[in-house]
Amino acid sequence: MMELSGICREYVVGAETVHALDQIDVTIKAGEYVSIMGPSGSGKSTLLNVLGLLDRPTAGTYRLQGEDVSSLSDDALAGARQRHIGFVFQFFHLIPRLTALENVELPLVLTGAAPRARRERAAAILESVGLKARIDHRPDQLSGGERQRVAIGRAIIMQPSYLLADEPTGNLDTRSGNEILQILEQLNRDGIALLIVTHDPSVGDRAHRHLKLRDGKIVADYAKAQP
Amino acid sequence: MKPLDVTRMSLQALQRYPLRTAMLLLAISIGVAAVVTLTAVGEGARRYVTGQFSSLGTELLIVLPGRAETSGGGSIQGLLVGETARELTLDDTLALTRSPRIKRVTPLVLGAGTASSGARERDITVLGTGSAMLAIQHWVMGSGRFLPETQLDIAQPVCVLGHTVARELFADGPAVGDWLRIGDARCRVLGVLAEQGMAGGFDVDETVIMPVASAQQIFNTSAVFRILVEASSLDAVPAARRDIIGIVKARHAGEEDITVVTQDALVSTFDTIFNMITAGLAAIAAISLVVAGVLIMNVMLVAVSQRTAEIGLMKAVGARNRQVLALFLTEAACLSLLGACVGLAFGTGGIWLMKALFPVLDFAAPPWASVSAVAVAVLSGLVFGILPARRAAALDPVNALMKR
Repeated sequence: MMELSGICREYVVGAETVHALDQIDVTIKAGEYVSIMGPSGSGKSTLLNVLGLLDRPTAGTYRLQGEDVSSLSDDALAGARQRHIGFVFQFFHLIPRLTALENVELPLVLTGAAPRARRERAAAILESVGLKARIDHRPDQLSGGERQRVAIGRAIIMQPSYLLADEPTGNLDTRSGNEILQILEQLNRDGIALLIVTHDPSVGDRAHRHLKLRDGKIVADYAKAQP
Repeated sequence: MKPLDVTRMSLQALQRYPLRTAMLLLAISIGVAAVVTLTAVGEGARRYVTGQFSSLGTELLIVLPGRAETSGGGSIQGLLVGETARELTLDDTLALTRSPRIKRVTPLVLGAGTASSGARERDITVLGTGSAMLAIQHWVMGSGRFLPETQLDIAQPVCVLGHTVARELFADGPAVGDWLRIGDARCRVLGVLAEQGMAGGFDVDETVIMPVASAQQIFNTSAVFRILVEASSLDAVPAARRDIIGIVKARHAGEEDITVVTQDALVSTFDTIFNMITAGLAAIAAISLVVAGVLIMNVMLVAVSQRTAEIGLMKAVGARNRQVLALFLTEAACLSLLGACVGLAFGTGGIWLMKALFPVLDFAAPPWASVSAVAVAVLSGLVFGILPARRAAALDPVNALMKR
């Protein structure tokens, strides 16, 4: 469970203080499918970064799986990310000189896992996202949709409880975007919590729960009747 | 993270920019090659010089009056009383032949003089010595014969000429059998040495060699400047040295007032000098390695800013700060180690080339030079890699990810 209470995130830009997040109280349970929407500058990416432990709130309490993570050290945060959270980014963020397989196994390499075990696992994951024939390709030899699938593979190799996707279809055509959403939704059906930040209503509407942000505040939080 | 994985990822990163990597490898390898070749030059010179001295015969011992320890600094007492070293004499020289470990002995009296034959006149060095000098110094006669084997204390009006002296005073005519005037004395030329060149600090070709007693008469002295001793074998040198000190001490009222220099000591002095020169050359060349280190730092800083998004991603998927640090440090270390290896290859090639050009000199980089060149290269890579690596490790993941 992700429990946020009174979370604020302020930036100082020049002489001004920007309230990117202003007193956010929200709880996200395991296995949920949540979309976070709002106009640009509303703080939706900041919220995702805070939820993903990439960013620290300036005030408030964040409990992740029961543990207070509001004031952990850099390394402790990295460890918590490693255990609980997978990221999918708009611009994929694949390492260009590594093959699809090497990109997917990267989180396992960081943990010092044995080469054979991690390679098998990465290969199995790439197969599950339909890239079996592409495991030795480098990112520049892959289409956008394929790159995002590699990125998804990398996000789930540590078997996280939460998958955080920031505009995962923002850089893709409609068809590949749809495929990516289907993969993500399948992962959600398999039990992983899925949080998607998007400004595209056709993407956001597919989620089961909708968070709407404006000026760093949650202005709407409602569940959609499941079909 | 396994060290093997860290190394593999660093090498992959280096492969990504082949030109840049090649340039850095070149910079480092030039530094290492400079250390290796310059020390090889120093070492070649050392081997040449010590080889030249060794060829003179390491059985040679030189006896000097006075003790090396007291003659330089001098005790206060000695200064006040005006103590001077007791002179060596011909009798001292003869006494040395009593030792079974001593094969040949000859005294040495040196002085400046003027030699003339007919209208020609020139400044020369007069060298008074005994007949054993020829064998001790491995001199070769050009014509005639060397000093006669007589008692050392018998003065005879004879002399042997150095090559240059003979040529200049007697032009093309035969010098042997002719008369030569040295100062007020006249002596008959017994022989002329073949060209010898420099030996032991003076030019043999510029000297006139006379029986030691004759030279003592000319310079009005009873002292002997040096005694040259040839030990019976190389192994006997230390024992011969002890014998010399013992014999002279007994003759000088129990006072040990001489210094015995062995050829070994001379050689080792030159050895030390040349080793220091070599080390100096190595140090100068090592500066280029530090410069290469600065280049590494510069390029690594560029690499960090180019790969900022990648560093952000690594952190997002769980990389600890020290893992990022290790990755970049390893990259710098790999770069400098690879460069050092290339540099060793260049250096070896350079030495090979120098050997081909100057076969007289035995160029060879001493092992310590190669080892320390590699060590300094890697160390400078690591030291100058710290700043960029720390910068990478300290990046904030959100900001880093936003930079594409």
